[in-house]
Amino acid sequence: MKSLAELEEIRKKTLEQINLRTEKHEMRVVVGMATCGIAAGARTVMNAFVEELKKRNISDVPVTMTGCIGVCRLEPIVEVIDKDGNKVTYVKMTPEKVTRVVTEHIVNGRVCVDLTIGEADKK
Amino acid sequence: MQLYRAHVLVCGGTGCTSSNSEAIINELEAEIKKNGLENEVKVVKTGCFGLCAKGPIIVVYPEGSMYTMVTVEDVKEIVEEHLVKGRIVRRLLQSDNAEGVTKSLESVDFFKRQMRVALRNCGVINPEIIEEYIAFDGYKALGKVLTEMTPQEVIETIKKSGLRGRGGGGFPTGLKWEFAAKQNADQKYVCCNADEGDPGAFMDRSVLEGDPHSVIEAMAIAGYAIGANQGYVYIRAEYPIAVKRLRIAIEQARNYGLLGNNIFGTDFSFDLDIRLGAGAFVCGEETALMTSIEGHRGEPRPRPPFPAVKGLWEKPTLLNNVETYANIPMIILKGADWFASIGTEKSKGTKVFAVGGKINNTGLVEIPMGTTLREIIYDIGGGIPGDKKFKAAQTGGPSGGCIPASHIDTPIDYDSLIQLGSMMGSGGLIVMDEDTCMVDIAKFFLEFTVEESCGKCPPCRIGTKRMLEILDRITEGKGEEGDIEKLEVLAKNIKASALCGLGQTAPNPVLSTLRYFKDEYIAHVHDKKCPAGVCKSMMQYVINADTCKSCGICAKNCPVGAISGEKKMPYVINQEKCIKCGVCMEKCPFKAIFKNA
Ligand SMILES: Cc1cc2nc3c(=O)[nH]c(=O)nc-3n(C[C@H](O)[C@H](O)[C@H](O)COP(=O)(O)O)c2cc1C
Repeated sequence: MKSLAELEEIRKKTLEQINLRTEKHEMRVVVGMATCGIAAGARTVMNAFVEELKKRNISDVPVTMTGCIGVCRLEPIVEVIDKDGNKVTYVKMTPEKVTRVVTEHIVNGRVCVDLTIGEADKK
Repeated sequence: MQLYRAHVLVCGGTGCTSSNSEAIINELEAEIKKNGLENEVKVVKTGCFGLCAKGPIIVVYPEGSMYTMVTVEDVKEIVEEHLVKGRIVRRLLQSDNAEGVTKSLESVDFFKRQMRVALRNCGVINPEIIEEYIAFDGYKALGKVLTEMTPQEVIETIKKSGLRGRGGGGFPTGLKWEFAAKQNADQKYVCCNADEGDPGAFMDRSVLEGDPHSVIEAMAIAGYAIGANQGYVYIRAEYPIAVKRLRIAIEQARNYGLLGNNIFGTDFSFDLDIRLGAGAFVCGEETALMTSIEGHRGEPRPRPPFPAVKGLWEKPTLLNNVETYANIPMIILKGADWFASIGTEKSKGTKVFAVGGKINNTGLVEIPMGTTLREIIYDIGGGIPGDKKFKAAQTGGPSGGCIPASHIDTPIDYDSLIQLGSMMGSGGLIVMDEDTCMVDIAKFFLEFTVEESCGKCPPCRIGTKRMLEILDRITEGKGEEGDIEKLEVLAKNIKASALCGLGQTAPNPVLSTLRYFKDEYIAHVHDKKCPAGVCKSMMQYVINADTCKSCGICAKNCPVGAISGEKKMPYVINQEKCIKCGVCMEKCPFKAIFKNA
């Protein structure tokens, strides 16, 4: 170890990998993974979130799963929850939509209104 | 770089390992693979979470769901339900974490009132991976000290923090460092006391198992502060997991150049070695410890000279306890004022206690100094099994004393414990309920010190033995007039004349039980009665003729055939034959058998 900068580099790099053990998350993504969700493709959606976040080096947004939310016809359903507990529910998700949610909502803080439960269901 | 969406933390401390956590880890990995999750979910072996009574413990992140008493058979369900479908397995959740989706462990009652400073990384990181320690600011304090602070500034910071030794005596750590720094010598040493001989105490083991780098980092900081380039960790060989993790940690630190020459590009060099002890209580005493490191028989010598003046190989030596060291990096990083803001006026920071005995949540707790015994036992410890009444708690192990129920609301710190006639000691805390005989407890601790006395000085070798003989006869119902007074005189003389702390403190458990429970001694000696019904020669198991239904279950279970009877007639116990094992009372379906004290 030659310098503090070197230490800092190791710290940052490792923290990204283990950050989900801390509780300081700005946001988290919850994917509905009951039978209905999985049948509708929730697993690919979840993996797309993990991949997309990884690509963008976002390590403090954990992706978790939950059971059936109750509107099975709208699966795959994903909730993005901020640190105050405010919830945005996205429905009929696909890997393509995941890219948008990550870019617009998670990175830039703009909710993708057209994909949310209120809007998407109208179509 | 591999990112995982979930981490499954499994406790790899001694407690959970002995209840099969290794097999659980293997099964988890197999099940995860079977479900094709190996690139999504990572299994991490961590140190102790503290809730040892409920082991093996698993925590799944990011949810922070804590599963307790997990078996190998439960693993499949955890993987298939929680990890595949995101459904928390409620039946395995720690009971007061019923929601399971708690964002953090801090919402579990057991952790709510704790404040984890020395244990900050235990149960959080994998102790065998140095990068995980670094991720949570590890070695940053060492870097800061070496590049931004003078040795004097380091010592001032420790002094100002108010940190006192966690190994027993509570000596101000900063002052000790200053004494050692002031010595002029060509060679100095830094030592760590990881002997942990107090029966029932295991906080030092848990720190070394769960976060070995915190001790290594602190010892290097101490080396810089006092001007030493070599350190030794003295640890008992009975702690194989701790020894192994410490070895790995030292090796990793060397590979990163965090031990060795020119650390952080400065001209400070420091290295560390392990010395194994054979597990003798006396070797925890500082002069005996150093004699043992030197390769001699572990016997104490008179002080002064103190180790800071003449220690290892006659060179100035700084010796601190594991937990003392574990606090150091945080003090450097967060500042002396932060540390001094925790605790009471004269006892700063937190203290780790190994809580055992008659308590529901046996385990490790770290609490701010000044927390009351009531909070530890009832709020954190989950109370006493069977809702029995609290009688007393022993702190300071065989050198300490008991705190009776009347003082349950005393804020615990170094000075309040001394005032009560006990001491902080290293942090063992044994809870006793109404069924405990205090004379028997005093005898238990004295038996320990008699056995562990090194024999070098007569007061300890002979005096404690005489005390034990008296206690033996008192508990056998053969106590004589004047025995209590004899105990008091012996205790006073041994305390005043023994060579080292072992002998000087050995009479404490007797003195303290005499102080608070003299009536029990008197009952044993004068009335030949053991009020708690523990001392076998003074109690009998008796069958209540009115409630006995003559079912014969007691007679069937009696291992020595001491019970006889006939149908429709109450059974009777032959007191000559009875060995007082209590099986009959346990088995009687009608609660017709009782102890007659
Ligand atoms: C009989 C006896 C046993 C001791 N055992 C230990 C021990 O196991 N661990 C420990 O840290 N200190 C033990 N001590 C206290 C040490 O002598 C010493 O005071 C302590 O390690 C200093 O570190 P500290 O200032 O950080 O507490 C023992 C003392 C005596 C008299």
